[in-house]
Amino acid sequence: MMDPLNLAGSAIILLLGTAALALFLGRKQRLLLVAGFVLSAVASLSATIAGVRVVGWSTTSQAIMSIGLPDLPFHLRLDPLAGFFITVVGILSFVVSIYSIGYVREISKQRPIGRLVIFYALFLAGMFMVIIADDALFFLVSWELMAAASYFLVLFEDERVENRRAAFLYMVVAHVGALAILLSFGVMSGLATGFEGFHGYTFDAMRQAEFPAVWATAAFLLAFFGFAAKAGVIPLHVWLPEAHPVAPSNISALMSGVMLKTAIYGIVRVTFDLIGVFPWWWGSIVLVFGLISAVMGVLYALMQHDLKRLLAYHSVENIGIILIGIGLSMIFRSFDFPLLSSLALIAGLYHTLNHAIFKGLLFMGAGAVLHASHERNMEEMGGLIHFMPWTAALFLVGSVSIAGLPPFNGFVSEWLTFQAFLLSPSLPSPLMKLLIPLGAALLALTAALAAACFVKAFGVTFLGHWRGHHQPHVQEVDWFMRSGMIMAALLCLALGVLPTVIIDWMDTVPEQLVGSRIGTTAGAFGWMWLTPVAPARASYSGPLVFLVTLSVIVIAYLLLHVRSGSITRVPLWDCGFEKVTPRMQYTATAFAMPIRRIFGFFFHIREQVKMNPQAPHRTVPGRMQYTLRIRDRFWGWLYRPLVDASFWLSRRVGRLQQGRIQAYLIYSFVTIIVLLLFLR
Amino acid sequence: MMDLQIVSQISSFLAALVLLTAFGMLVQKRVYGLIHLFAWQGLFLSLNTAVVGFVANKHHLYISSVLTLSLKVVLLPYILHVLINRLKIRKEVETVVNIPMTMMIGIALVIFSYHLTAPIRQLSTLITRSTLAVALATVMLGLLMMITRRHAVTQIIGFLALENGLFFAATSATYGMPLVVELGVALDVLIAAFIFGIFFFHIHTTFDTLDVEQMAKLKEEN
Repeated sequence: MMDPLNLAGSAIILLLGTAALALFLGRKQRLLLVAGFVLSAVASLSATIAGVRVVGWSTTSQAIMSIGLPDLPFHLRLDPLAGFFITVVGILSFVVSIYSIGYVREISKQRPIGRLVIFYALFLAGMFMVIIADDALFFLVSWELMAAASYFLVLFEDERVENRRAAFLYMVVAHVGALAILLSFGVMSGLATGFEGFHGYTFDAMRQAEFPAVWATAAFLLAFFGFAAKAGVIPLHVWLPEAHPVAPSNISALMSGVMLKTAIYGIVRVTFDLIGVFPWWWGSIVLVFGLISAVMGVLYALMQHDLKRLLAYHSVENIGIILIGIGLSMIFRSFDFPLLSSLALIAGLYHTLNHAIFKGLLFMGAGAVLHASHERNMEEMGGLIHFMPWTAALFLVGSVSIAGLPPFNGFVSEWLTFQAFLLSPSLPSPLMKLLIPLGAALLALTAALAAACFVKAFGVTFLGHWRGHHQPHVQEVDWFMRSGMIMAALLCLALGVLPTVIIDWMDTVPEQLVGSRIGTTAGAFGWMWLTPVAPARASYSGPLVFLVTLSVIVIAYLLLHVRSGSITRVPLWDCGFEKVTPRMQYTATAFAMPIRRIFGFFFHIREQVKMNPQAPHRTVPGRMQYTLRIRDRFWGWLYRPLVDASFWLSRRVGRLQQGRIQAYLIYSFVTIIVLLLFLR
Repeated sequence: MMDLQIVSQISSFLAALVLLTAFGMLVQKRVYGLIHLFAWQGLFLSLNTAVVGFVANKHHLYISSVLTLSLKVVLLPYILHVLINRLKIRKEVETVVNIPMTMMIGIALVIFSYHLTAPIRQLSTLITRSTLAVALATVMLGLLMMITRRHAVTQIIGFLALENGLFFAATSATYGMPLVVELGVALDVLIAAFIFGIFFFHIHTTFDTLDVEQMAKLKEEN
């Protein structure tokens, strides 16, 4: 058996090799397709195995690679935390790689796919490298590799203006974030050696150092800002709803499913591991931003009619839920409640894993829909369940999971987060006494709104009749795509039904970071019952709920279908209006309308009803036109002024540019004179 | 062995001549006159280098001297001559600032250079220490010339004069740079001259003039 670190390392080398190989296979598109994605799947699987074993055995292995800058070699480390995230990334990458064989084959009929395969492999390699990096240098190199590769993936269909715009926005946000992360590491590594050497750049040196409170806070805030920009925490989320819809769907699945998780990894790594000791209010910052992202994310998602945009906003929401768990864990840890802290951390990490799987599944489903119907606007779709039953069923599994309904996985992690809220003792801080119940209420609201949102997404897309003007030629997708989605759906079910097994496995992570595990309490009643703290307080049995749900469905099906004549199909009652067309179905806009009215102040809404003036008479209106534009308020509040300010500033600076050589020479001449005068 | 005092005086005299030619270039309005002045400056520089080489007993300075002589007195003026003939530049050189004003600024720069190098003169033991100020002044006057002239050819001559000043500074401050460096610099200057020549042709064909004011058109509108 290979050492897990070697296994993960060989997976990365395999991915880099795949990217190199893809360079030479530009002519043979079919071979390129199969080789690229099969090799990626193999690499992802081996990385997953490495991750699972590291977490399961709770081992830590380190290595130093002699590449890097002179005297600053790259350090690698695989501990349970890294192992957990390697597993998350690996599982979804494996599933998506299988899916991609089918999905990219369709793309390859229209355009060369060499670029897609190369950057796909580099992107995966970058994510794995970020997670096993054990020094600031290697971390940032990998981070940038990941960002650059994903930039080119977003830009894959670069002939459209919106794609270029989205990719540019993504690049800007990613770079501002990376800059903050760089500064944060700079602060930590500088303090680790007292600003006297370069050897503070290893994470080991940062772990051993004790930071003064002010500098530690600065490092934390910078790191949180930087990682939040990558994770899409509100108000830094603007790139997400732009970049996800325009990227190919397998890439959206990876970006939303796992790339955002590397930012979560970064937050956990920096706070719990590198800084180590922190005051409670850091946790409350994370918690508050998590709550804002969760509620606002789902509200914005409800307003979207582009399926992939909707999913992108749901990523904002779910990152919020993950951050709620992490923030709670930080609060409990600084108030010294190790058991609760590990419960909240488990909740956050479990949701990380769950979100990766179900969001991956949903984006794959959206990709299948997109690829079959060539339509992104939900208002033009409908009735797809008749054409693509597999995709519909699998998308339904994803929807139920993300809506947090048992017996699927979303329920378990959201339930655990609730338990962390509800079990929290009264904390010695008045602010926390206010924030904890409020947070629980907001989380409940989020879960409910998410459910509403997916009723809309699934109902409008798959149920009813086709709304578009042209009859669609929609076909079910091929088996590669289907099997990718089936695997993800089965994982959703497994993670929901067997939470005790999973928590037993991942319990080593809080043990490493917080110093306590919940396994003994979670599985005290055997693998059937999940009891996070005490059976008197709360417990949940995944298998039991699954069996009950299954039997209800089976009984209902039998009751309806065994007796012939229990279902009769009759013509639709048309209210006396004779011409009922598919355009008269309940629309997504109509579905979201009540929520739009209630939470209207969060959005920038412009609603217009226009009458056609060419009506024959006032009593007989002609065509009516209804337009509705809903925009993110943050763009106007935060980004528009920033953009304006930077343009204003650059125009000012631009005046220096006279276009005359003499002027430029005078600049240098005056500079020289001034320097000679004052600095001699 | 010649008396050190006399050698030092010769060196200072040559430095004064270099400075004089630099001022001459500032005033000179005709392109041919400028080239001749540039050649004279090169000659004085080369002589000075040889004198310094002789007194400091540094033989590689002789090679520098010969290089300067062949490059800056013969080759570069020749290239510029050919260029001007080819491009048929006849008219007088236009200046941005009027000549007396330029002279005043130049004098201020020379005083500034002396002020600047005063501490170095007190510390240094080299016999050429007094010429360092002149070298610095030559650099600044070259730059000043580039700023006050509008014609591309005069700007190049200004640049070459600036380079002369740098070379002069190297000789007077440290008895010259290592030979390898000097060879490299000489080659650089030669290549620069060729590139300038090519650019002249391009500027001339694009704008139909060598007046660099025309290049302001290249600026973005705002």
